[in-house]
Amino acid sequence: MSHNPHQSAIEKLATGIGGFDLIANGGVPEGRTTLVSGTAGSAKTVFAAQFLAEGIRKHNEHGVFVTFEEPPSDIRRNMGSLGWDISTWEKEQRWVFVDASPQPGEEVMFAGSYDLGALLARIESAVRRIGARRLSMDSLGAIFTQFADGAVVRRELFRVASALKRMGVTAVMTGERTQEYGDIARYGVEEFVADNVIILRNVLEDEKRRRTIEILKFRGTSHQKGEFPFTIMSGEGMVVIPLSAIELKQRSSDIRVTSGNVELDHMCGGGFFRDSILLVSGATGTGKTLMTTEFMAGGVRRGERCLLFAFEESREQLFRNATGWGVDFEQMEHDGLLRVVCEYPETAGLEDHLIAMKKIITDFRPNRVAVDSLSALERVSTIRGFREFVISLTSFIKHQEIAGMFTATTPSLMGGESVTETHISTLTDSIILLRYVEMYGEMRRGLTVLKMRGSMHDKDIREFTIDNRGMHIGRPFRQVTGILSGNPIHITPGEIDRLSGLFGDDGNAGQG
Amino acid sequence: MTSKFVLKLYVTGQTPRTERAIQNLRRICEQSLGSQYQLFVIDVLEQPHLAEQERILATPTLIKELPLPVRRIIGDLSDTLKVLQGLDLPIPRTGGTQE
Repeated sequence: MSHNPHQSAIEKLATGIGGFDLIANGGVPEGRTTLVSGTAGSAKTVFAAQFLAEGIRKHNEHGVFVTFEEPPSDIRRNMGSLGWDISTWEKEQRWVFVDASPQPGEEVMFAGSYDLGALLARIESAVRRIGARRLSMDSLGAIFTQFADGAVVRRELFRVASALKRMGVTAVMTGERTQEYGDIARYGVEEFVADNVIILRNVLEDEKRRRTIEILKFRGTSHQKGEFPFTIMSGEGMVVIPLSAIELKQRSSDIRVTSGNVELDHMCGGGFFRDSILLVSGATGTGKTLMTTEFMAGGVRRGERCLLFAFEESREQLFRNATGWGVDFEQMEHDGLLRVVCEYPETAGLEDHLIAMKKIITDFRPNRVAVDSLSALERVSTIRGFREFVISLTSFIKHQEIAGMFTATTPSLMGGESVTETHISTLTDSIILLRYVEMYGEMRRGLTVLKMRGSMHDKDIREFTIDNRGMHIGRPFRQVTGILSGNPIHITPGEIDRLSGLFGDDGNAGQG
Repeated sequence: MTSKFVLKLYVTGQTPRTERAIQNLRRICEQSLGSQYQLFVIDVLEQPHLAEQERILATPTLIKELPLPVRRIIGDLSDTLKVLQGLDLPIPRTGGTQE
């Protein structure tokens, strides 16, 4: 399928690179050349190779790889570790290398004017031979080091770009940058392919590596703006995390599901909403893991599929805890309604966790998901990366018509808010706070529904107890004030009556 | 010259630069080698697979295959001194100041 390059509407070619086509509003401009620029180690070669690999795997489009830097043998080996069998594709005439890498030990002299006509002839011949629709050139910087005359190289690359356009080939060229936030590319190569520019970054932030991709411009056609995180996975290659940009049109329903606790359902006005995310925040030991356990058990009792991601406790510990509260995780897993996934947060970067979690959710197709705790995951990321993670996970869960419960740990025992909570409280639909309350020399536990989007809910801070049958929510703390701020003050019944008189009885009014 | 020279000149089509390169090379060879050389001119537009085989990027490219060592000279060969150096040929007294 060819099209007229002079046509005003620019069509997109779906690259097939995970998540990329979403941020590119469909793909790279078809029949054009796109510059992919980045510093050393920013995964430019992976992008260039994957552009061809996905073309072959997903769209049956053949590709030519022009390498100026690494010899083809290196590329075959390196990309083999990502799961792409380039040698086989070469045998099938679906992938062809044009090897323009420097040959070691060969003396080259320059004696007069020249052009890169042979390169162009080889590229054209390779494209015709296998009927290529895609082409990658990696990297432009390397060809500038092979040829002393930069002006000649620029002019010749322009010729290559126009020849590719004439042949209807969609191309990706990679270029080097010296700084993460600076010129688009060294050698001013952007001048001739500046129609479309993509920047790859590999930034060190708070001692953590963060890879991002940004579409700087697509001439004459649209794309998502800003930096999007991405990761490189074995067997997948590059996976872009498209974040909220495309996913904010979530469904929301008024279908209620049980929290797993009758009293809590009552406090929430009849249970949680199905397509909503609930955040449970509290200090260590206040009962967050218990709430997730009951949330899971409540779902299983109704025949729902439940998925628990545990990042704080081992499997054994988790199952023992559950048993202590009268919940048999073992049996539930055996029945196939529950799946418990235990991971140490430190085993992978947050992007990798996200992709792994999405995959498990897609495979298991749960009705409800719990993550215990988000705070553990926050440890392995930057604030920004963490926020993006939560946005992405939340919208993903909501899209699947799944009810979600996240927990967050507050640093102080008595009150205050957690770091996690401050970063993500606006992203969740409901928040439940668990607090320790000191009463006459005794530690008691309190619970309140702080916010519940779109529903009436109980505004009381209620006391709850934990025994071998789980959580029991009791009466409100009527004689204490200042629990949430961590400074409980005991007041007399007379004072309570006086305060109630001031505001009238608004016990059940309002919403979150 | 005891050994015979084998030279391959890769060019792109019949362009003025191609013509220049061929003329320059013939002149230099006739002056320094007489008839002791074989010259093959290869047009990469007609035989791109040969360019692929030799991994040629720039045109014109002259490859001296014999005598060893193999050497590549890129350009229209207008810089006679460089060409002579590249071919390991003696430089006429009028040509340079050293060697």
